[in-house]
Amino acid sequence: MQVQLSHPARTVEVKGPKKVKDLLRELNLVVEAHLVIKGDDLVTEDEMLYEGDQIEIRPVISGG
Amino acid sequence: MNCTKCKTKAVIGLPRHNAAFCKGCFNGFVHDQVARAIKSEWMFGKEERILVAVSGGKDSLALWDILLKLGYRADALYVNLGIGAYSEQSHAKVTKFAEAVAATHGAKLHLHTVEQEAGAGIKELAMLIHRPTCSTCGTIKRYQFNRVAIEQEYDVMATGHNLDDEAARLLGNVLHWQEEYLDKQGPSLPASVAGFAKKVKPLYRLSERELAAYAVLNRIDYIVEECPMAKGSKTLQYKEVLNRLETESPGTKQTFYWGFLDKQKKKQPTATTMTEKDRAVLHPCTSCSQPTTAEVCSYCKMMARAKTVVPQ
Repeated sequence: MQVQLSHPARTVEVKGPKKVKDLLRELNLVVEAHLVIKGDDLVTEDEMLYEGDQIEIRPVISGG
Repeated sequence: MNCTKCKTKAVIGLPRHNAAFCKGCFNGFVHDQVARAIKSEWMFGKEERILVAVSGGKDSLALWDILLKLGYRADALYVNLGIGAYSEQSHAKVTKFAEAVAATHGAKLHLHTVEQEAGAGIKELAMLIHRPTCSTCGTIKRYQFNRVAIEQEYDVMATGHNLDDEAARLLGNVLHWQEEYLDKQGPSLPASVAGFAKKVKPLYRLSERELAAYAVLNRIDYIVEECPMAKGSKTLQYKEVLNRLETESPGTKQTFYWGFLDKQKKKQPTATTMTEKDRAVLHPCTSCSQPTTAEVCSYCKMMARAKTVVPQ
């Protein structure tokens, strides 16, 4: 599946099926600092993601 | 994962509350947290006029959205800092929200453009007057938000500072034992002297992740990109550390910041002390009349310096 990341903007290919929490762990990303969006919908950490899904992992931290 | 309240499919889990919510129940949770913050800290009432400081980011736009939906009289001010494409994008997001959402509630947007007054954008200005960019930005934003709040007779100024912002700031102050800053870390600061607007932070009970989720779920189009000037800042480092702790031990951030607020309340039962301190040291700037500890305030000094070095 295609996973879109930010800071810097890039797309990576990750093999599915995979739970959201496992995807974040594989990419070494902290749950508390990110949202996972499938298509247009927010998904929880126990949601299963499949090949062909369009995923965005959006960082939530802002401010200097 | 199902919604703790209505048992339908959840869209977000909140480990610090040992809960998960669907979109409808999550919006209810967010609105309830903001309503509790406003009431418990005596921030403002339904008849008062509020000026929201908006940047185009998730927190300030979510705050404007929530206040309007809760029935408050909230206008907003956007300060265009002149940081190239970043400012252009953030300005466009704010304008879009103002026209599509705020205008339907009868709310209006004020605009201040740094380049028009200073003759240069924030980055160039900071270089020309030999000051750090973030400090220059902070001085300008604080000054302009206060100026508009006072001139346009708003009762209170609201900012989008969230739980993560306040916990990170507290961590920084504690790590460096900057005890003199702790008194002003509460979510509601009184208008201690004439010329200062009351300042409140209605989002202090909500985390950055919760506010980003609120923006996504309610289709609030905000600027996701980080401010290019903030890269590598200490605040971002503190937030990362706190988020690692939060993931391992949910509730860490709220225990840290809310625990601090409880201790401060026990130490200072009223805002009198802070007001008295301010009244003892602040007086009107001889140039603009805004309160300052010096003869001329830091903003007026900065603008005077800019006039001598910025090419006209």
